[in-house]
Amino acid sequence: MKYIEPHGHMVSRTTDDYERISLAGCVALSEPAFWAGFDRSSAQGFVDYFDQITVYEPMRAAKYHIQHYSWLCINPKEAEDMVLADEVISLIPERLSRPNVLGIGEIGLNKNSRNELTILEKHIELAAEHQQLILVHTPHLEDKLKGTRLTLDALEAHPGISPERVIIDHVEEHTIQMVLDRGFWAGMTLYPDSKCSIPRAVDMLECYGTERIWMNSACDWGHSNPLAVPRAILELKRRGHDEDYIENIVFENPKAFMSQSGKFRL
Amino acid sequence: MKPPLPADDLLELYFIETRHKLLDVAAFLDRMERSGQEEDFRLQALKDALPLLQESGAARCARILEHFSDHSEVPIEKAPGKGAAGAVPTQPDNAAGESA
Ligand SMILES: [Zn+2]
Repeated sequence: MKYIEPHGHMVSRTTDDYERISLAGCVALSEPAFWAGFDRSSAQGFVDYFDQITVYEPMRAAKYHIQHYSWLCINPKEAEDMVLADEVISLIPERLSRPNVLGIGEIGLNKNSRNELTILEKHIELAAEHQQLILVHTPHLEDKLKGTRLTLDALEAHPGISPERVIIDHVEEHTIQMVLDRGFWAGMTLYPDSKCSIPRAVDMLECYGTERIWMNSACDWGHSNPLAVPRAILELKRRGHDEDYIENIVFENPKAFMSQSGKFRL
Repeated sequence: MKPPLPADDLLELYFIETRHKLLDVAAFLDRMERSGQEEDFRLQALKDALPLLQESGAARCARILEHFSDHSEVPIEKAPGKGAAGAVPTQPDNAAGESA
């Protein structure tokens, strides 16, 4: 079955992974800007990184017949350093017109600090000013509930932001309801450990419906599985869901959200 | 929504795997007891979550996630590090970094 990987950190992945996801049915993916596993020493590191995800990864993906899209920002894990964050934010506007850039992301909070929130608000302002879609990272583990609430409040406080143009990623059972109730899209990140498991994601689809929801693998430099979405397709089949139901979740939904950018093509 | 799969089939699909995971929880608690470490806030939070498994209402997972969550409402002054511990810390953050 064809599917879209809407949140994959392919800079952390080998060409073997590109081949495997292509063989499994992946036709397009999007790559949010995120933490490299270490703090970059200057804004120049982001100049190179933005080139990597807007110029070089699309060429790598194309060899496997996968359309590659990306999102730009400084991630919340590096947002505590406000001087660096401001410098990086200033790099973004001139790069938003690159053909594979869908919007601002993955922005959000990590430890729910004041500086993180200030940088989040600056990204929201940037997205509103340039009419960009937003992809939000929500904090993990004990910080997710509080961070999700603070993030939704910050988004709703900006008059230029429409919730249907924002995806709140990494939702779990205690945050999905508030995200959907407030009109945002919700992303479920499927992880071998520490985040949402595949059976739990299927449970959430059965409990909360399939409208404004996508699933992704993250497939970053941590313990993660680039084949998580196809594995979820298999799980959905095992659970008795039909092909149309599944294709709607893994293909039509991410296509519908990302098509709002005007740049997403298949 | 009621799962489309008949209840007997659902049980067949998940029972052995879930039994296996429950035994892992038991073995972890035994392991920690043998190690002499029973005071850690994460371990305590985990033990305190166990009664929630016995609740009805099909919201156990959400309730346990809420149990492990920070319920404060205002941003903290400064991020103490990058990692999350999995439960609300009563000591400085020393957890490993989370990705994604
Ligand atoms: Zn990510």
